[in-house]
Amino acid sequence: MKPASFEYHAPETAADAARLLAALGDGAKVLAGGQSLVPMLALRLAVFEHLVDIGRVSELQGIERRDDELWIGAGTTHARIEASAEVASAVPVLTRATPFIGHFQIRNRGTLGGSIAHADPAAEYPAVALALDARMHVTSSKGGRTIAARDFFDGLWTTTMEPDELLVGVSFPVWNGRSGFAVEELARRHGDFAIAGAIVGVELDDADRIRRCAIGLIGLGAKPERAEDAETAVAGREVADVEAGEVGGLAMAGLESVPADLHGSAEFRTRVGAEMVARAWTMASREARDE
Amino acid sequence: MSEVSVEVTVNGRRLRETVEPRLTLADFLRDRCRLTGTHLGCEHGVCGACTVLVNGAAVRSCLMFAVQADGAEVTTVEGISSPDDGLSTVQAAFRDCHGLQCGFCTPGFVVSVTAFLRDHPSPTDAQIREALSGTLCRCTGYQGIFRAVRQAATTGPRAERS
Repeated sequence: MKPASFEYHAPETAADAARLLAALGDGAKVLAGGQSLVPMLALRLAVFEHLVDIGRVSELQGIERRDDELWIGAGTTHARIEASAEVASAVPVLTRATPFIGHFQIRNRGTLGGSIAHADPAAEYPAVALALDARMHVTSSKGGRTIAARDFFDGLWTTTMEPDELLVGVSFPVWNGRSGFAVEELARRHGDFAIAGAIVGVELDDADRIRRCAIGLIGLGAKPERAEDAETAVAGREVADVEAGEVGGLAMAGLESVPADLHGSAEFRTRVGAEMVARAWTMASREARDE
Repeated sequence: MSEVSVEVTVNGRRLRETVEPRLTLADFLRDRCRLTGTHLGCEHGVCGACTVLVNGAAVRSCLMFAVQADGAEVTTVEGISSPDDGLSTVQAAFRDCHGLQCGFCTPGFVVSVTAFLRDHPSPTDAQIREALSGTLCRCTGYQGIFRAVRQAATTGPRAERS
């Protein structure tokens, strides 16, 4: 047995899970699908006295259209999101981002909420949530609150959730207009964390002008990043006048903590990131025009 | 730390055991159930050798605690074929196509490919490569493994056991 000993708790409701988190304090950690947490425990990069397993909390699982948003329960697996017709029609970028997450065996266990709460800057769902202005619903023994994605990601593997708060679901805005989406990543092998990646959404008006644009960046900062300067620069312009390379370049401007490791320097990742944005832009804007 | 009682159905046999919560499903299968066909390579979710089916879904048994499998049905490589039934279609294809050499990674491949072909009976080459990407082999190389999956998909599953 490689992980350090811990006490195991398996609540059946979100309220019970929240009560446990409040009672157990800082020594407790939520266990969702465990596809990031269990390796960290096995390598003893993380040690907790208590694990609160939310895998048996059925109210945390589900996919539901609620007006102009798609609500996805935090405990919903990647595999279920990947296969969902509801997700494909309401938030297609989630469907396209999901196959980039690990391998199918990982996606059978990993959950949306686990990925968002883990807040890895190289992960797909945090970047999608940030780019689309998703809303995170959290609960604690003191009550619930909703956190906008822009206020949620705080740093490497850190969010603005309190230790006693539990992520229960995420609401993704549904884009109803002429829109297109694309996800592009460069990884050394399929399923590895990307060296750099980009998520692009484009919505056009009837005159082919850019009504809105969302650009999320993967693996290009200490936390999930959004290329707001590039989004602002293209807003209102005719889509045919926008060069993909220009969008890619603008998206890299102002990035301050591009990581560097043995797979690539910060300069290399920035060049790759610009190209990923450019490719995703090309595909997303083409899809929007064809709609 | 307090031990927890779990009840798991493994290859059709129901078992009740008391375990430490930190015992992974992989260690539970190997040490408690004596089903050593499930191999442990990296023990942190990278190599895929420990893949088993939990309620039909292929998962890494090293990234799951046995307590999380309470009430679940688990199928290991030992449960893919029954002793009187010989090799499954997938296993036979791996033998025919030189899809294994030392055999360490093979249980993970066989279990993963069995689940994959159940869900994708007529896969494209790209789908096969993607499905294989989650399991590492360090000696055969992947061409024989790829051919084995292609052959198993073409042969189709054997007739249901009576």
